[in-house]
Amino acid sequence: MTRVAFAALLGHWRRNPMQLFTLLAGLALATALWSGVQAINAEARASYDAAAATLGEGQFDRLTRRDGQPIRQETYVLLRRSGWLVSPVIEGRLHDVQIVGVDPLTAPGRLAPTAIAGTGDLGRFIAGRIVAAPDVTLDGAVTDPDIAPQTAIGDIGTVQKLLGRTGELDALIVAQNQPLKQANLADIAPELRRRVAQTGSDISRLTDSFHLNLSAFGLLSFAVGIFIVHGAIGLAFEQRRGTVRTLRALGVPLRLMVVLMASELLGLAIVAGIIGVGLGYLIAGALLPDVAATLQGLYGANVSGTLQLRPIWGLTGMGIAVGGTAVAAGGALWKLSRMPLLAGAQPRALAVAAGRGARLQAAVAIGLLALAGILVVVGGGVVTGFVLLGALLLGAALALPLVLSVVLIFASRQATGVISGWFWADTRQQLPGLSLALMALLLAMAANIGVSTMVSSFRLTFVGFLDQRLTSELYVTADNPAQAAQIAAFANTRVDAVLPVLETDVTISDFPAELFGNRDNAAFRDNWTFLAAADTPWDRIHQGDAILINEQLSRRAGLKVGDSVTVADIPFEIVGIYGDYGNPAGQAIISRGRFQDLYPDVTSARFGLRLPPENVAEFVTEMESAIGVPASNTINQAGIKAFSLGVFDRTFTVTAALNVLTLAVAGFAILMSLLTLTAMRVPQLAPAWAMGLTRRNLGALELLRTLLLASFTAIIALPLGLALAWVLLAVINVAAFGWRLPMYLFPADYARLGGFAILAASVAALWPALRLARTPPADLLKVFSNER
Amino acid sequence: MSVKLFIFLLWLPVAGFAQGFAGLGGSAEGFAMPAPNPTFQFPKDAGAHPDYKIEWWYITANLKDAQGTDYGLQWTLFRSALAPEDGTGWSTPQLWMGNAAITTPDAHFVTERLARGGIGQAGVTPAPFSAWIDDWLFTDTQLSATGPDFGFDMTLGDLGPTVFHGEGGYSVKSTSGQASYYYSKPFIQISGTLSLPQGDVAVSGQAWLDREWSSQPLASDQTGWDWFSLSFDDGAKLMGFQLRGDDTYTSASWIDPDGTTTAMENGAFQARPLGMVEVAGRQVPTTWQVTLPAKSLDVTVRAINDAAWMATSVPYWEGPVIVSGNRQGRGYLEMTGY
Repeated sequence: MTRVAFAALLGHWRRNPMQLFTLLAGLALATALWSGVQAINAEARASYDAAAATLGEGQFDRLTRRDGQPIRQETYVLLRRSGWLVSPVIEGRLHDVQIVGVDPLTAPGRLAPTAIAGTGDLGRFIAGRIVAAPDVTLDGAVTDPDIAPQTAIGDIGTVQKLLGRTGELDALIVAQNQPLKQANLADIAPELRRRVAQTGSDISRLTDSFHLNLSAFGLLSFAVGIFIVHGAIGLAFEQRRGTVRTLRALGVPLRLMVVLMASELLGLAIVAGIIGVGLGYLIAGALLPDVAATLQGLYGANVSGTLQLRPIWGLTGMGIAVGGTAVAAGGALWKLSRMPLLAGAQPRALAVAAGRGARLQAAVAIGLLALAGILVVVGGGVVTGFVLLGALLLGAALALPLVLSVVLIFASRQATGVISGWFWADTRQQLPGLSLALMALLLAMAANIGVSTMVSSFRLTFVGFLDQRLTSELYVTADNPAQAAQIAAFANTRVDAVLPVLETDVTISDFPAELFGNRDNAAFRDNWTFLAAADTPWDRIHQGDAILINEQLSRRAGLKVGDSVTVADIPFEIVGIYGDYGNPAGQAIISRGRFQDLYPDVTSARFGLRLPPENVAEFVTEMESAIGVPASNTINQAGIKAFSLGVFDRTFTVTAALNVLTLAVAGFAILMSLLTLTAMRVPQLAPAWAMGLTRRNLGALELLRTLLLASFTAIIALPLGLALAWVLLAVINVAAFGWRLPMYLFPADYARLGGFAILAASVAALWPALRLARTPPADLLKVFSNER
Repeated sequence: MSVKLFIFLLWLPVAGFAQGFAGLGGSAEGFAMPAPNPTFQFPKDAGAHPDYKIEWWYITANLKDAQGTDYGLQWTLFRSALAPEDGTGWSTPQLWMGNAAITTPDAHFVTERLARGGIGQAGVTPAPFSAWIDDWLFTDTQLSATGPDFGFDMTLGDLGPTVFHGEGGYSVKSTSGQASYYYSKPFIQISGTLSLPQGDVAVSGQAWLDREWSSQPLASDQTGWDWFSLSFDDGAKLMGFQLRGDDTYTSASWIDPDGTTTAMENGAFQARPLGMVEVAGRQVPTTWQVTLPAKSLDVTVRAINDAAWMATSVPYWEGPVIVSGNRQGRGYLEMTGY
């Protein structure tokens, strides 16, 4: 009995391979996008963890010099002999590889075993062996897969020699258990300061938002895919009503029916999940190099450019495929269990049933939109922001069929002719079947509009910001204080202005921040714009009692213009807040004179030089021949701008790719819905055909219908997309980064997107329309002779 | 397996696999080997001998506080050479390890330090004599060390005579001829303060310094040793050890109160375990019967605290003992290879 019933159920797929394809493809695509994004995130996180463990970040405190100079080796020995259990670390770059030197005997954490276990010999490590990550090529290095990407580890003496920095150290890692007695740090090494370990590595905190955005995209794609699956399952259920009725009449118990359907869906979900995970791997592999380059450029994070197979995202992909199917099928299985034994398969019943559920749907939609509204007022924080986003999108999607239905009712009242009257009525009847596909289209379009608005606003603001902040035409870095003095002296007479960069790390209102001491220069006065400022802020700064802070610091510490903060125990009044896009840290500016009073031992290692742009190249060559500063230590403003914009554009290549994929999934959803509905449409079209509408007309009307519905959806998608953009810019960006971008509108972009969406919809509708136009007249006639 | 253990096992150079306890029976290619009839020069020989593979400055002390409670104290500095050729700075093959411990009747505190040679973090200078690792120090007048939960700061008084073991300082360890240079200063007067969790304790007593250096002190079949340093109430002292391998090899030095030393040949000194105790998951004998017929010695040696396990990179048992039988006194016991 079971076998027969199961075969009867499965027979449906054999007769309707298109539906089976819809179901599998929809689920597979959705799973692919989700697991692809998760694979990228998992790879990045593994890289961050490896990198953090290499330097003991997140677990151990570090000692570094206040002025950023290297620590002398004698200081390390002095600390050890004074009872401090610290371990030396030196880092540098050698041919694009980050090379780290550690002392295996004193290093806490994972450093030493990682470095030595691969080689098995402490003696050889001390004698000069280097252990490198698999993606690194260095002469004589041994490979160890556990090492962070683009990183190599060596003994501290070896690395000192390789970097030409014998006797220098960059940081001292403080072990967790210190001895009973130790000397006071301020007494024995006052130039050092202790940085407390932060939970989670620096890099993973910086990039959290980036990965959260990727995850959100994956989730959105998955939701769209689940819509498709829901539609396919619902349709399969409706079409099998007759079969189910017959089977139950023959004596198959209801419970068995439900179990069989559930297991059939489970099997399909697993198959689709496997395909999806495989596809996701391919997508991730294709996108990962761009993501890695973005992260390297934006945050200096080293992420492996090759994807490793990690079971975690394969398993979550399968889990979410099965789970998504369960959610999508829940409704259908519930209906099945409540269905009266002799209920027939009536297409009109579909619409009627939909009408009953419509009130519930409206209530849920309004509830979600209200929730979104409340969260805008009340909420803060990134997670609340995403919940708000989800509520907004879901509420709008659920409301779409109702809105369209109202529009169609209105349009049908305006209809004057018979054909137009029939057209609108038929469209209204079609709506429930198409609504899921249209919801998917709405979400995809809104996401496109929202994200592209955000990206374009970002780019516009960023370009203007770069113009404002990169005031000098040329930037030079000195290798040591002696060279810095030489550069200053050389440049003094040859350029319009020398703007040395004086910088140190401080704590303002309990938040870490970078403090800059700026010279007075027209470049600042003319170009800088403030988000909020007192009168004549630059004058106040150079009087010496005032400070400027960036937006991030003002938001995080809750500071406004006019508040007072202390730096190195001296009070300063805040006279201005400036935008500082892309900087995760706090920042503050005081006058150069005051800075030198407070931190006399800090010297400039970088200089901004103002000179006419056409003289830059000549100046660089002169400087190289006169004082030996290589051209690689200089960068001109045009170079920085091009680099920044390049990184920027690369970042959003990833989102652009995901945008296109999501739109493709929505287009696919429309195609599948139309195809599956076509078979059911014949009884409704037959009377119209019998009364004189040619099949060609019918096909054309079908196409027109889809275009109209898609256009309406596009029109509704526009305000939704703008709302989405606003939430991203004003809520999520602020919560995640601490700064707010102004929102700009780009009507040309929207028109283009709308055009693409409608094009996608019409391409999707073409095939079903053609099939309809080619329906054999015999099939249409059969309707009247009850042979269907 | 702990990280530090892993590192330390790699430290002592192993040819393929560990031979003897802690690899001390491993290959000694390129290193200098002790030879019979040595002449010692002081202060030079108080310092390091980098052409030998392994060396230590080993101090144990039996102390009492004002109430008469027994304490044991240990301060050890090991030097190990990864290769016979020396180097400068970080590339020197000399590695240093420090072990320090305090044993009370109820508790045992132990800590360890590791350091590279060549940069000044650890080392020994012969004149003026100074041995240090991190903030731990041993000079002619001072002995100090700290750990996370304890520390000590001791003053050394009269250092007493120097005693040479074996044949004039050439101490044989097995019938195959493995040997080391070995001398002691067992009569050091010591007093100072122990910093314990319950507070500081003023103590005084006698300390025993062992100095030993060699390149292959063990035969490959020898799994460990039991070493006794006993100070009897009449002022005489006994140093005795037995090496456990395919055969048991024993050696001892009888030290008169004025410092005259009599070397005992293999088999004269006998030590028999009397009772096993479970310590750190191992079966360890903390009560022994020690006999030396040549001096009519028959005593029972019992640990003051059974739990004196040194949980260091290379673990072993070391703690103060009480001597009873036909002589009484105090002493120190070290057991390795359990």
